[in-house]
Amino acid sequence: MTILVTGILLGGTYALIAMGLTLQYGVARIMNLANGETFVAACFIAFWLFTAYHINPLLGLLVIAPLAFVVNGAIYWFLLKPLVDRAKNRGQLEVDSILATFGLLFLLQGLMILGFGGAYFSYTFLAERFVILGSAYGLNRVVAFAVAAIIAAALYVYLFHTRQGTAVRAVAVDPTSANLVAIDVARTAMIAFALGGALTACGGALLSTFYTFNASMGVVFTMKALIIVIMGGVGDVRGAVIAAMVLGITETAVATLIDPGLTLAATYALFILVLMVRPQGIFGRQQS
Amino acid sequence: MTRLTTEEIRIGVIGAVVVALVALLPFFDNGFYLSLTVNIMLYAALCTAWTLFSGPTHYVSLATAAFFGIGTYAVGLGIDHLPFPVLVGVGAVAAALLAGIVGAATLRISGVYFVVFTLGLAELVRQLVSWSQSKFTGRMGLYVFTDIREMHILWMLLALTVVVFLTGWLINRSRLGFAMEIIGNDETVAKHSGIDTARAKILLFMISGAFIGIAGAIMAPRYAYIQPPSAFNPMISFLVVIMALLGGTKRLWGPLVGVIPFTILMDIVSSRFPNHTYIVMGIAFLAIVYLLPNGVTGRLEQLRERLRHRQPKPEAVSEEKPA
Repeated sequence: MTILVTGILLGGTYALIAMGLTLQYGVARIMNLANGETFVAACFIAFWLFTAYHINPLLGLLVIAPLAFVVNGAIYWFLLKPLVDRAKNRGQLEVDSILATFGLLFLLQGLMILGFGGAYFSYTFLAERFVILGSAYGLNRVVAFAVAAIIAAALYVYLFHTRQGTAVRAVAVDPTSANLVAIDVARTAMIAFALGGALTACGGALLSTFYTFNASMGVVFTMKALIIVIMGGVGDVRGAVIAAMVLGITETAVATLIDPGLTLAATYALFILVLMVRPQGIFGRQQS
Repeated sequence: MTRLTTEEIRIGVIGAVVVALVALLPFFDNGFYLSLTVNIMLYAALCTAWTLFSGPTHYVSLATAAFFGIGTYAVGLGIDHLPFPVLVGVGAVAAALLAGIVGAATLRISGVYFVVFTLGLAELVRQLVSWSQSKFTGRMGLYVFTDIREMHILWMLLALTVVVFLTGWLINRSRLGFAMEIIGNDETVAKHSGIDTARAKILLFMISGAFIGIAGAIMAPRYAYIQPPSAFNPMISFLVVIMALLGGTKRLWGPLVGVIPFTILMDIVSSRFPNHTYIVMGIAFLAIVYLLPNGVTGRLEQLRERLRHRQPKPEAVSEEKPA
């Protein structure tokens, strides 16, 4: 039971970064391997705001999310859109965007290592007991999960109940057809990419409240997010949430029952299982 | 296409001369230049083996570190029980098996899954190795003591590179090579002409993986003390991708053009500005995508085409990925 709750609480943060990635890949068609760096950068900004200015990380989100939105939007518009325009087919865009985002990954990671070194950082925020069903959990984890849930709900409303959100979903299904019904595909893709970055940054800022982080852990989170996205079905926000919970629970179970050093092995086992059984994702439809 | 063309003979002669020159190097220098040449040879072997698979298929494989580490570990685990050449063979087979499993799981579906999967593969194998080591043997590292010295390693790597080249050349002349060319150009067409695309890709990936495993096994005596983080260093995978793409992957010798300058550059950067390695790698990736999408050799070929602009094109070079 403890495992289940801890896993779900962890899954909340994973859900945010995975939703960010699924928007970026599903709508903007960019497999953003530098997503984890946005995540880690948000950890550091939250840390810096909290330690230097005593700004509550939850309020810090109001700074971090718009900042990530703008930066990611600019990255898409100036760096990645030329690749989209240049690519002759989907396969080439995939290779190009993977290589370009690798470049960003190393560049950003290099800059952060230069700035902060390889040390681990953490700060104390709401480190109090919080009792759920007779067992105690860190209040910061519970709060992080609650905030993640609110953000996820807001995203759901945006995607399914607003005009612009519908446009985003239309581009995810088919960019060419979306263009035919007068949707500005390039602009929508940029918004989706920027929004994905903002969601990821929120995930990072929330994670930093209860997790020790360092400058070079971005890749690990990108990996996890990728696996969640593939498990949940590319571009599928609901699938990403459920897959994030599954991953959170599996990781916690393996870490507590077998060995904390084997969490990635557990993630991979899940990944292989998904690739073998349902490569189109939990809710995904069979592609022709 | 069974007989050797004059160009193939010419390339063969030039290659033999270069190999002979490199093989003689240990007799002139045993210090810095030998060690640098070993590094260059290592990456030459790795990049060529990588290009064997990733060149024609355009799949970006990041599994290099995993295969390499498996080769290293094969030697580390068996050095007290079996002779070194046997262990090199074991490393090759083990790496090929891993490649087969990974290929079977991912090469049937889209290329992105393949990249994602190989991205974490080295880390996965590393975790499994560290876990089983601490669980069953209770120590973290392995000692490899042999009388193999730096120059023997250079010769072995040189021989390996030659074998990789010969294999690549033979594959290009075989049915498998023809199948790969069609797959690289258009996978749907390949499927419709009766090619078992998944089988062809998996086979090629296994060949490439086996060679990388051998390279890892050869390097084991150089490390002397083998630990999971150094044997499964993910940087190897990324450096191989950068160097190969920098040189260009259309020709099998293309990666060499990237290997030599970049190995020297990384050597300088990691000794003088160790904190800037990541930044250099990031810039290299971005430069490849935005400035040299077909690598240096691709750019040179482009220039040559432009010079010949007025003449009628002599049998067009297969243009798979125009800039």
